[in-house]
Amino acid sequence: MKDSLVSRRAVVAGTAAAGILGLTGFPVRAEPQWKKYAGTKLEVILAKGPRGDNLQKYIKGFTELTGIQVESEQIPEQQQRQKCVIELASGKPSFDVVHVSYHVQKRQFEKAGWLADISGYMKDPNLTVPDLVESDFSAAGLQYAKNGQGQMLSLPWSVDYFILYYNKELFQKKGVAVPKTLDEMVVAAEKLTDPKEGTFGFVGRGLRNANMALWTNFYLNYGGEFLDDKGNILTDGPEAVEATKLYQTLLTKAAPPGVAGFNWMESMASFTQGRSAMWIDADGWAPPLEDPSASRVVGKVGYTLVPAGPKGQYSSTYGDGIGIAAASKNKEAAYLLCQWAVSKAQGTRLLQAGGGVPFRNSVLDDPEVRKGVKNQEWLQSVIDSAKISKLGLPVVIPVAEFRDLVGAALTATLSGGDPATELKKAHEQFRPILERSEKA
Amino acid sequence: MVPALVVVLAIIIFPWLFTIWMSLNEWKVGTPTTFVGLANFVRLPNDPRFVEAIGHTILYTALSVLLPLVFGTFAAVVFHQKFPGRGFLRGVFIMPMMATPVAIALVWTMMFHPQLGVLNYLLSLIGLPAQLWVFHPATVIPSLVLVETWQWTPLVMLIVLGGLAAIPAEPHESAQIDGASIWQAFRYITLPLITPFLFIAGMIRMIDAVKSFDIIFAITQGGPGSASETINLYLYSVAFIYYDLGYGSAIAVVFFILIVMLAAVLLYLRQRTVWTEIGGA
Repeated sequence: MKDSLVSRRAVVAGTAAAGILGLTGFPVRAEPQWKKYAGTKLEVILAKGPRGDNLQKYIKGFTELTGIQVESEQIPEQQQRQKCVIELASGKPSFDVVHVSYHVQKRQFEKAGWLADISGYMKDPNLTVPDLVESDFSAAGLQYAKNGQGQMLSLPWSVDYFILYYNKELFQKKGVAVPKTLDEMVVAAEKLTDPKEGTFGFVGRGLRNANMALWTNFYLNYGGEFLDDKGNILTDGPEAVEATKLYQTLLTKAAPPGVAGFNWMESMASFTQGRSAMWIDADGWAPPLEDPSASRVVGKVGYTLVPAGPKGQYSSTYGDGIGIAAASKNKEAAYLLCQWAVSKAQGTRLLQAGGGVPFRNSVLDDPEVRKGVKNQEWLQSVIDSAKISKLGLPVVIPVAEFRDLVGAALTATLSGGDPATELKKAHEQFRPILERSEKA
Repeated sequence: MVPALVVVLAIIIFPWLFTIWMSLNEWKVGTPTTFVGLANFVRLPNDPRFVEAIGHTILYTALSVLLPLVFGTFAAVVFHQKFPGRGFLRGVFIMPMMATPVAIALVWTMMFHPQLGVLNYLLSLIGLPAQLWVFHPATVIPSLVLVETWQWTPLVMLIVLGGLAAIPAEPHESAQIDGASIWQAFRYITLPLITPFLFIAGMIRMIDAVKSFDIIFAITQGGPGSASETINLYLYSVAFIYYDLGYGSAIAVVFFILIVMLAAVLLYLRQRTVWTEIGGA
């Protein structure tokens, strides 16, 4: 706290040496006109989670730096998405700043024109600190934040890579090596499965919709692409069938019974109880896995990349951004807040608390920042995943329908459905929906 | 009169007319709306998820009405007898009814867990194999109905108890003198006399079951796959996750018509029953 206070004063005085980071989140050499919008009141709508927590916890520093008052609320993810869409569609949202789930809302928000273009602000030295440049964001982040015309509509905030969690003790007990390829993973999973002892080789999302986030890891590694040049959906092609066969084998031969109804929560329960040896899911679960009050596998968890497929090795990537409602009357002030939320200092706090991974390379690449992360093995898996990241869902408006319909097809394969037939059926339902929404 | 009319117009008639209007439009949040006539309704019979959802709704409703009726009537007959501690046990029996459905749903979700849940542990104690409960398409609806039954059997019991209290003692006494068995006395005396109460209980249960959302949503979200997706859940997805308000409204309109038809059938049956009872008396 103490050094933060010092540097905050320094920012105000404008005299401190460059490179010192303050509670405010900015290098002190940078001096946009922080106080220009003092007295403005901003409303922020956040999805409940570590990102929102991180913003709320340190928001006082922002107010002290800028004189801008911030009112923020955190709402559970699903409801937050609904509230945002309904309010934005009304044309008079109650908030200025909005937390965007890119993988669900990107196309919808772009097409409806709900977010303000901030490309101009980013080039304005009166508004932007020098270290906030496009090239500091990872490719996936920029892909999410920019629209087709190259305008920045939000700032990439936090990214989720999918990684492989494994139980070192179970691997050791059965003498199995950590798999490097998907084929090896199937063999390992079957070896690690022992229903008599109640332990299984693999666990992951089987529940419709949620399961898509797991499946796309396999799909991408089998060489699959979501859309062709004309925007047609491709997820029932031969790569999809192969990926689904793998998904079906893993979840029916080597996973706990009832996995068809598992979301991340049930999967995590099985993994933390030491009942499952491998789990592929988003990178944010290290804190609960290493929490002795909730987990029986503390200190026994290995963190590594999703194994490679025959056509490559990718980590399915999802992410959040923070943007400004196009209808906001306080866009510049709101921009200062967005900028602060993705600042290096805020990103460092997020990463070191294990609450998320910033999109900014300058955070991930900084050895000092890295040193402050307690779980180095986890950090390494995240850094390596960043290098092989690929968007985990097609960027189309009806993402939810896509996840529901194809997700239901995947779930159906778990009770014996044929992968090719189920995928075909799902796409027959999805294609007209996609056409309708994209032509509108 | 006028204020009442205004209220009815504002909160019942207007939303309905507006829903019907929306159902005639291609109305997606964030895009311009266009009038499409009956196109949304034409989509419905060709939408396998909607057709499946109707089947799930009927099955779920039928089971959620029948089972609490059977168990509730049985419980009422038991609790109608005089025995020590009756008041206390009645109080305990109606406790599930007082709990919040979502809280119950979350507890049951863990109880259903195939590996960690207490239900499979209990089955193992009596030598039965583990079940998948809500985690398998074939057993998901009966498992959800189990939760409904557990929560709402007490309501049926309370209503039927009221009916039992109103039955005069004489018919039973004369039946006893004539040597009727317990079953005969129940079948030919108690049951006909409490039938009007059973209809009321059945109607309340039906209304509750057909619009059930919280328990299903919190436990399965309509899964696995779409095996427990009722019309209500599908409607919610279409309107508030896919933001397809036009199509969602069309589903709402059809759903409303189905409910009205069902209510009409029940009302008709009830009237007929009352008439028979009076005629027989």
